[in-house]
Amino acid sequence: MPPALKEPLPACETIVECSNLSFRYGKTWVLEDVSFSVPKGESLCVIGPNGGGKSTLLKLLLGLEEAERGSLKILGKSPEKARSKIGYVPQAMRFDPLFPITALDIVLMGRLDRLRIGGFSKNCKAIALEALAEVEMADTAKRAFADLSGGQRQRVMIARALACEPELLLLDEPTANIDLSIEEQFIETLQKLRKKMTIMMVTHDLDLVSLLGDSVLCVNRRIHRHSLPLSGDTIREIYSGGRRIEHDQRARHNHGDHSACDHD
Amino acid sequence: MTELFDALENFSFMRYALFVGILSSFTFGVVGTFIVTRRISYIAAAISHSILGGIGASIYFNRVYGLEWLTPMLGAIAAALISAGVIGWVTLKFKEREDTIIAAIWTCGMTAGLLFIHYAPGQAVNLESYIFGDILLTSWSDVIATVVLAVLVLGLVGLFYHKLVAVCFDEEFTSLRGVSSKLYYFLLLGIVGICMVLLVRVAGIVLSIALIVLPAATASRFANRLWSIMILAVILSVIYNIGGLAFSFQMSVPTGFFIVVTAGVVYALSFCFKRRKN
Repeated sequence: MPPALKEPLPACETIVECSNLSFRYGKTWVLEDVSFSVPKGESLCVIGPNGGGKSTLLKLLLGLEEAERGSLKILGKSPEKARSKIGYVPQAMRFDPLFPITALDIVLMGRLDRLRIGGFSKNCKAIALEALAEVEMADTAKRAFADLSGGQRQRVMIARALACEPELLLLDEPTANIDLSIEEQFIETLQKLRKKMTIMMVTHDLDLVSLLGDSVLCVNRRIHRHSLPLSGDTIREIYSGGRRIEHDQRARHNHGDHSACDHD
Repeated sequence: MTELFDALENFSFMRYALFVGILSSFTFGVVGTFIVTRRISYIAAAISHSILGGIGASIYFNRVYGLEWLTPMLGAIAAALISAGVIGWVTLKFKEREDTIIAAIWTCGMTAGLLFIHYAPGQAVNLESYIFGDILLTSWSDVIATVVLAVLVLGLVGLFYHKLVAVCFDEEFTSLRGVSSKLYYFLLLGIVGICMVLLVRVAGIVLSIALIVLPAATASRFANRLWSIMILAVILSVIYNIGGLAFSFQMSVPTGFFIVVTAGVVYALSFCFKRRKN
């Protein structure tokens, strides 16, 4: 059994430590002075409007982009060096439906590493099968990936991430391509995982935030963090940018700029 | 068939041709499966045509500067690897002009080869044998080269099979696992390049793409795992090669034509059957 799937983790160490992180595409700042930390065992939901910097934050966490300023440490290492301990579940996987590959083959990709040559060991196959069982997909191991439903594919993607034996599970819009009929089952899977590992999840699904998050990070160039549970109205206010405006006003006030302050 | 067995017993060139045909089939089946599933047939075609540039250049420099070590096979390998490298770089860097640049490599490689051959002094070069192939012209040195290249290609695929599959299916995730997807994409194109060099002797530059793609494309309609497609493609390639050799010997027609027409007909017939699903 893979260690990451064995026992619930004690929430004591810091998995992600991000301080004063800034990133820009060309002249446009996408993230500015972003600071947050994620303790071990926490489930953190990342929400915000489109173009607010959620995906960029995810890319920075995966080491696919490099920050302009600030520091980002995952398990005390740079994201690139910590990659092997990150399980990543992409939003919507574009794949060739004619590509002849089974669910198990895909989950085994989670066992790839730079130095491996030749086939996968029995231990790797056992870990992959265990990961599939964890997401209740063990019976589909030999089925073609293209023949699975959207929800089943997404669970296979989670199993692939689990096969990496991750310390941190990153999910990008996990329910985006799942129809309502199977969403409940999928959320149950995520709730089970939430008790066992640290999760960061980018989502637009506000109900999912309420069900799965310990806290929520609102990203819209800057960030604002909230503990959960929050009422649906508050989440919607954050999501629509209300809190960001409030946060920006506070930040400008702290820097001596009172033009945006309410003088009444 | 009896004539074929008699010919195999009496003529060494027939034995060489049969051996090269069967051994190459393993390479074509395995590499063809990657080409078909990764959908890079047009890249393989561009590499195969650019090979003529290397063959022409090697003949020219061999004759003009007396570089005897520079054989057409060596020139073909160099051209295949260079064009595979350039195409790989272009597809990764300039996706928006990918098709244009591949077409340029395709045509420029081939015309450069024709120019070199045109200006090469001495005996006229049998251009037809390079363009359409003639497995019956296989020499002992071709057999050795085929063995070396087949062992190299199959060895590389065996060692890095899972990484090549991962790169073909999901480049982003492969990179996140610390495996350089660019490196393995270049490796795949390099393997395709070497395979196309092997094909030049069997089917020639023009027909080679059909021989590498059609068996794997046919197999992919009846098998649903990558390895099972490879096995079926190898079996089909062996049948086409032996059949082509026997028929061409019997009817005195070029082997490559028969192989490609048969492979094309079988592929067309495969559409009469429903694609296999799990």
